[in-house]
Amino acid sequence: MNTKDMTYSEAIRDAISLKMRTDEDVFMLGEDIGVYGGAFGVSRGLIEEFGPERIRNTPISESGIAGAAVGAALTGMRPILELQFSDFITIATDQIINQAAKIRYMYGGKGKVPMVLRTPGGSGTGAAAQHSQSLEAWMAHIPGLKVVQPSSAYDAKGLLISAIEDDNPVIFYEHKLLYGMKEPVPEDLYRIPLGKAVIKKEGTDVTVIATSVMVHKALEAAKLLEAEGIEVEVLDPRTLVPLDEASIIASVSKTGRVVIVHEAVKRAGFGAEIASVIVESDAFDFLDAPIERLGGKAVPIPYNPELEKHAVPQVSDIVEAVKRTLQRGKEV
Amino acid sequence: MISKEIPASLTTKQILELYHQMWLIRYFDEKVDEFFARGAIHGTTHLCVGQEATAAGACFVLAEEDKITSTHRGHGHCIAKGADVNRMMAELFAKETGYCKGKGGSMHIADVDRGNLGANGIVGGGIPIAVGAALTSKMKDLGYAVLCFFGDGAANEGSFHEALNLASIWKLPVVFFCENNQYGMSGPVKEMVNIENIGDRASSYGIPGRIIEGNDLFAVMEATGEAVERAKAGEGPTLIEAKTYRWKGHSKSDAKKYRTKEEEQYWRKEKDPIALLAVRIINDELATNDELEALQLQAKKQIEDAVEFAEKSPAPSLATLELDVYA
Repeated sequence: MNTKDMTYSEAIRDAISLKMRTDEDVFMLGEDIGVYGGAFGVSRGLIEEFGPERIRNTPISESGIAGAAVGAALTGMRPILELQFSDFITIATDQIINQAAKIRYMYGGKGKVPMVLRTPGGSGTGAAAQHSQSLEAWMAHIPGLKVVQPSSAYDAKGLLISAIEDDNPVIFYEHKLLYGMKEPVPEDLYRIPLGKAVIKKEGTDVTVIATSVMVHKALEAAKLLEAEGIEVEVLDPRTLVPLDEASIIASVSKTGRVVIVHEAVKRAGFGAEIASVIVESDAFDFLDAPIERLGGKAVPIPYNPELEKHAVPQVSDIVEAVKRTLQRGKEV
Repeated sequence: MISKEIPASLTTKQILELYHQMWLIRYFDEKVDEFFARGAIHGTTHLCVGQEATAAGACFVLAEEDKITSTHRGHGHCIAKGADVNRMMAELFAKETGYCKGKGGSMHIADVDRGNLGANGIVGGGIPIAVGAALTSKMKDLGYAVLCFFGDGAANEGSFHEALNLASIWKLPVVFFCENNQYGMSGPVKEMVNIENIGDRASSYGIPGRIIEGNDLFAVMEATGEAVERAKAGEGPTLIEAKTYRWKGHSKSDAKKYRTKEEEQYWRKEKDPIALLAVRIINDELATNDELEALQLQAKKQIEDAVEFAEKSPAPSLATLELDVYA
């Protein structure tokens, strides 16, 4: 397969284009996705190729357009709904939680809602409290939804193709700070199955389980620790629902020490779920130290850049957590 | 009050079928009421007794491929869209043979294959979904229209505004049908809306609004027929407000303290939609009283059979608990 250097946002756009060229039922709707190209430029150029019928610019009506996506999906389309900021999911939640997630079950296994809700989460852009949250744990809690959090351009493309082809509502969390990140991505269509984690770096001493932008921070931390002779394994679950429990358990069973890191607020964050999966499994017997869990502070994301930065885990926090876990518990 | 004149396009057979269907709806809900009162079925339910003309009249003008979205008070819509009362009753009895295999209950009966996209437990929740279904019709050039039922209460939800705006700018084939039964649970529409007619809100979306007598079957058919035709011709949505009244309380635990007995009696005595139709049929000499009574008894018997079917049906096995969460 030929590869090309693509940014995260180009890879997402590429996935959308490839599916739209081959499947007439796939279309996009969202606010300012037309000539403006989307709040973060992801849909730039798509209206020129596919026209305004299939790149459907909408009024500012998150509840209405989410419901329209549900109704279109229920009657045979495969809508891709873009919400400009993942914080705005609060306005669309009735349609996502009460309708999309439950329709198939409530109807006794009849009907399906094959839609993707793409939306960027995360802090780091100075957008403050209502445009910087990471609310993925909310969605992961709801039976009937799938939740995806790609951390790289390659993953984003392959996961989005799978999400569009999936017959269920999929919440696809992008990250604002990743949009410009570049790597070689195959030009053709390929799929990364939902529910398959990836080891981003192999190691033997400690497993760092990280999601979204934290994968990159974990890799940086791993590099620093490598200089000190500590071999960190970095595992990215890529999808929270379904969660690749087997890969997590295997890695932890190998290393015996775990640091879990996400940007979302630590309290009741998805890291608690991952920690529980580990201690409820046979990996418990392999644990040599208590699990370290890093997450955002329990504060709204502040505007001041230094405050904002300190509201979420940084590379140094991961380095320290890895060292703590090596100092605690049994001898290595 | 007397109903409008019977449209010339209707055959006597069709009129009598509608008369029968309205009784079927009424007996279904009265039977459900009886079982809830006895504690024979659990959960909750919302009955449409007294509103039979809106469901029967509006669905009558639909073609088979047309779709509906319904509400928590949706048994009538379901029957009028052609659902099997046996499977509906079985659903209320939480049985495996029910429309949702016993997992949905009263508020979630759907028959997606036959165009019933489902009742809805969230007030106003179905309105944007109807818009999405209409969008599919337009994008795939399928030619069907969507009839979207909701109540006066839902007309104050944000989803109402967002959905009507979307459908109007995109000229979608959808008919917004507001059953104004005067109360959103205990809230009288006069206290909750600052204008006389919800139908007047149509003008703010640049679409036609119709305000009709919802207990007059022919008024409902005429307005809905025109709106569906308009939708299918690519002219966009219409908002219809049908004034009606629910005879029963909001749900099973409602002492109805918010309204008077006199008001209830007025709607029952003067505006019973089935009685209005009967008077018209007799006046026009389309059937005798005996013939009408036979149709009524036939409906009653069908509901008794439905109860028997439901009672005899098996419960879903516990093995189905975690099935169908995902497609």
